[in-house]
Amino acid sequence: MTVNPPVVVEARNVSKRFVVRKDNSIKERLVTLGRMGRRHRKEFWALRNVDLSITAGSTIGLIGHNGSGKSTLLKVIGGIIDPTDGEVSRRGRIAALLELGAGFHPDLTGRENVFLNASILGLSKAQTEERLSDILSFAGIGDFIDTQVKFYSSGMYVRLAFAVAVHTDPDLLLVDEVLAVGDEAFQRKCLDKIRSFQQEGRTIILVSHSLGQVTEMCDRAVLLNKGEVVFDGEPAEAVAQFRDILEDRRLADVSDAPEKPVVGGRIDAALAFPVDGVPGDDVPPGSDLCIRIQLSNETEMPDWVCAIQIDNGLGQIVYATTTLRLKVELSPFNGIRTVEYVLRDVHFGTGKYFVNVSLMDRFGVHLHDLPQACSFDVPDFPLAVGTVHAEPEFADLGS
Amino acid sequence: MVSTTSYSKTLSGVWRSLRDIHQHREMLGLLVRRDLKARYKDSALGFLWTLIRPLTQLAIYYIVIGKFLSAERGIPDFAIYIFTGLTAYSLFSEIIGGSTASIVGNAGLIKKVYLPREVFPLASVGSALFNFGIQLIILIVATLAIGKPPLTVELLYAIPSLLVLLIFGTAIGLLLAAANVYLRDIQYLVEVLLLILLWASPVVYSWQMVKDFAGEGLLLELYTNTPVTLAVLGFQKAFWVGGSETAAYPDDLLLRLVIAIGVGIVLLFGFQRIFSRLQGNFAQEL
Repeated sequence: MTVNPPVVVEARNVSKRFVVRKDNSIKERLVTLGRMGRRHRKEFWALRNVDLSITAGSTIGLIGHNGSGKSTLLKVIGGIIDPTDGEVSRRGRIAALLELGAGFHPDLTGRENVFLNASILGLSKAQTEERLSDILSFAGIGDFIDTQVKFYSSGMYVRLAFAVAVHTDPDLLLVDEVLAVGDEAFQRKCLDKIRSFQQEGRTIILVSHSLGQVTEMCDRAVLLNKGEVVFDGEPAEAVAQFRDILEDRRLADVSDAPEKPVVGGRIDAALAFPVDGVPGDDVPPGSDLCIRIQLSNETEMPDWVCAIQIDNGLGQIVYATTTLRLKVELSPFNGIRTVEYVLRDVHFGTGKYFVNVSLMDRFGVHLHDLPQACSFDVPDFPLAVGTVHAEPEFADLGS
Repeated sequence: MVSTTSYSKTLSGVWRSLRDIHQHREMLGLLVRRDLKARYKDSALGFLWTLIRPLTQLAIYYIVIGKFLSAERGIPDFAIYIFTGLTAYSLFSEIIGGSTASIVGNAGLIKKVYLPREVFPLASVGSALFNFGIQLIILIVATLAIGKPPLTVELLYAIPSLLVLLIFGTAIGLLLAAANVYLRDIQYLVEVLLLILLWASPVVYSWQMVKDFAGEGLLLELYTNTPVTLAVLGFQKAFWVGGSETAAYPDDLLLRLVIAIGVGIVLLFGFQRIFSRLQGNFAQEL
């Protein structure tokens, strides 16, 4: 029988209002005193009526676009800022990795900074001494430990800071996008350390823009939009909803942006859909993906190349090809023209993908680009994550 | 469970702040050491600079005020007299100056890590105390050198005087540290006020001169009962043996010092409340 794990963080109806003032000196304040001063203030709510209860041992991802309030929520949970309204209770020792090396003083040596930073994070001197060798071997900066940290490379700085932070044995670890630092080997080390934290039953709250990381590591995700909790539950579902929000915002941005004048041919629209479906349908692995592109031109274009590129949600190139590669000779066109790529038997991993379309001349000069001309979704696949789909099988071949 | 709300209760709030600071006392020590170490790091003379500044000040006042403007007439052992006053005054001025800038100066930490924010002004108090200790040693060595060591019962005046400086310094320092976050003008205002304070306390002239000028009355009382003046007088009584025969002191100096301590404690209590009320928004205002 399992006992319900205790609640470590409880936020009740938390709101946070920020006031932005334009007058910041005594003179300006006096001049704009009273009612006049009100015009110099701008208020906005970074958090609105957030209720959140987090049980021990869970790993929670906070996601949302820039300015959605996730870092503010993390700071309120960590006690760094007080809420305007509502109440936050927490128990146990908290280590907030909001910025690595926040307490480092450039003029002190690495060793001195380790002691200072560890004590800021709540360790006593004796405890730090006990863990010093672990910290040093984790950071892997060797003899530089007795050098002033201002002479460190940025990588060494961050490694030392992370090493200190993870060795303070926090009950609740708050992580704000600090995992995107260091070289790959060190990142792996960090992720391993976080996994071992999970196994030890510690609670982790993670703010990340890497949606892959969230679905991979968290057992719960909270989606924030404009300071409100929009979704709270399964990471995969939260990520999917988040992508919808991002897509809506992108479309709003696109329609707001002024159109650039185009010379010599333009891409009017593009659609992506499975061959046997309609635009908006999911593209499951193994289907044929059709990308239909509509072009127009006012003068005759003798010699042209049409290119497509598919990016994943993080903006990494997943797939790209051009008519030049396919050795297709395109006849000159005038007026409107529709072309179509069909990608046979695609195996994209779960997530949202964006199609960029470019119109170029023979020498690769871009005549017109339509970034994120259209998008498609690949349905959730519980057996694997990543950008490539494959059916996994496993066999134990014995010893 | 620890709770954070938008409000805090007065008495339990003070108690919690005290407990918080007590828990972080080791870190407080490290912060003081960081301040001291970092200040003169990479300079060839290092800690000697802590001595050079007050000694230069002493030399200037001794020569210009003492000799040229002949303020030393009627003040025996003028150098000791000045240095005693300077030691007391610079403790106060360093506490105020250091703590006013402390919150803004540690913005990086305050925005990213939760700590009881009182530790930063307190760390400034700590490093000011350290420098005060060094100056005090010089002072005592100097009194030994001229053969007038402060080995009288009057030496006990040093204790309430030091307390007055510490309590008022910490109280005002806390208030100004918090205010400086919201209005950076405070920092520059404080520099000016501290300069005025140096000349508004009997450091380079004697209390007798003020008495002769202002006469007995409200003005003299006002002047005498400012905490820094009281503390400077107390220090002079303790360490300036040369003046024990001739110098004039206000009546009931000890009583005045004790009352000042009482007032200071009330202020400290009140200003700590204001500080903790304001500190909730530090992270976003920095």
